[in-house]
Amino acid sequence: MFLVKGLKINKEKIIINIFLIVSVTTILILLGIFLFLFFTGIKTFNEISFKEIFFGTDWNPTAYGEPSWGILSLLVGTLIVTLGALIFAIPLGIASSIYLAEIASPKTREFLKPTIEMIAGIPSVVLGLIGIFFLSPLIAGLFGLSNGLNGLIASFIVGIMILPTIISVSEDVLISLPKEFNEASLALGATKWQTIKMTLIPAALSGIGGAIMLGLGRAVGETMAVLMVAGNSRGMPTSILDPVRPITANIAIEIKEVVSGSLHYEALFLLGLILFVITFCVNVISEIIINKQTKKYKW
Amino acid sequence: MVKIIIKNLKFWYGKKQVLDDINLLIENKKITALIGPSGCGKSTLLRCMNRMNDLISSSKIEGNLIYNNKDIHKDYEDVSILRKQIGMVFQKPNPFPMSIFENVSYGLRAAGIKDKEILKKIVEESLKRADLWDEVKDRLDSSAFSLSGGQQQRLCITRALAINPDVILLDEPCSALDPIATAKIEKLLIKLKDEMTIIIVTHNMHQARRISDKTIYMLDGKVIEYSETKSLFVKPKNKLTKDYINGEFG
Repeated sequence: MFLVKGLKINKEKIIINIFLIVSVTTILILLGIFLFLFFTGIKTFNEISFKEIFFGTDWNPTAYGEPSWGILSLLVGTLIVTLGALIFAIPLGIASSIYLAEIASPKTREFLKPTIEMIAGIPSVVLGLIGIFFLSPLIAGLFGLSNGLNGLIASFIVGIMILPTIISVSEDVLISLPKEFNEASLALGATKWQTIKMTLIPAALSGIGGAIMLGLGRAVGETMAVLMVAGNSRGMPTSILDPVRPITANIAIEIKEVVSGSLHYEALFLLGLILFVITFCVNVISEIIINKQTKKYKW
Repeated sequence: MVKIIIKNLKFWYGKKQVLDDINLLIENKKITALIGPSGCGKSTLLRCMNRMNDLISSSKIEGNLIYNNKDIHKDYEDVSILRKQIGMVFQKPNPFPMSIFENVSYGLRAAGIKDKEILKKIVEESLKRADLWDEVKDRLDSSAFSLSGGQQQRLCITRALAINPDVILLDEPCSALDPIATAKIEKLLIKLKDEMTIIIVTHNMHQARRISDKTIYMLDGKVIEYSETKSLFVKPKNKLTKDYINGEFG
């Protein structure tokens, strides 16, 4: 009896320790990645000034003679693709989430929600292919361009990629609102649409904001599809119809040709660090917003 | 005078029959109490009267509810018109996550009234009618959640009053409140019955006795007894009613 009891306790201790080791390892690996990124990227500043990097518009590290290191055009590229994707995905995403949460019958929702979430499962390289072969000729024809690979199509493709996130998080927020709001509003003679507009959307607003931030985080970090369809010209874009080269695509393109430990190599890690900081901040903010939202109406 | 006529009303949630052949005449400008043990169908019956049961997709209804010579289920294509005339207050105080002013003016705004002055006037009048004005007049813009539970429930009554309903349905409005808050609401209801018809579901027999003119006793989806409150509690005709009010079960 004693022995069995002792064994049980030992077993439990071992399991607890295994879980502890696994979770600590995960954290250490993540921390290691961050530190490596940080210390490699930061070395760039030994040779190039902060000002040249952040205010220079010309990125050309492999230029013969005098290379230039301005990341502004890359940042603008990221900005165009991200904002474009949001402009496309926000109205569509919010409208779909309202439809799913408030209007669709339970049966329709059961069918539609997993279907929408499946979009998130499409490999981004496949979306890139669709962009190159179907959408880019369309856009080129529509706007009379010689080449349809530009900021617009990248925005569109990334917009599709972040739609499932926005829809499914917003829908969760709407569904989790107390059903009392709905009943109270209808009982006062409000129509369904008035209830959605006057009560449900305002009550869910911060949560929907969080969903948008999550989508934004994903849009900033998206690489493969963007690399395939954005056009990747290094020049400063002047319109959404210009080819752009976002930070992610730039890293993916150039990392193949740099010498390990060179200045160019360090600069690419600096770009990675910048991306990391952006997405990290965006994700933390969205987590905070969504957490606050879900706690708000727990009575 | 009769306000609502209920004829052969039957109601199902899915396959479960909740109301069985209800026939009632609800009288105008009186307080009618619905009593009975949990699950007897009293809340369901109440929710048939302003069609809140429409929200439940698997429900089925048979029979007629006649209000102002119109069939509640057949003659109101736009149910929001019906609900503006037959208001409702729920078991748990459920103010909107908005200011006190916005809560009271909600129904008016839903009815399309945009004029700030009119809204202000009606909000003030309604709060005065519900004896809540003195408690909140200095903080109309603060959140409705800053009020106590009892005040929140009176705010919900005020909100229903603001659209000037003809009938007001209350579904156990005091079950989440303390005795003092309950007394305030009871006083308010007695005052309001001069202006409108009030139907209240209550778990509390003493409450039914204190405030209602007529009482309906329900059991297992049927009306067992319906009479003047006084006679129902003093001299129940049916043995089942007698057992219930004497606390034999329930």
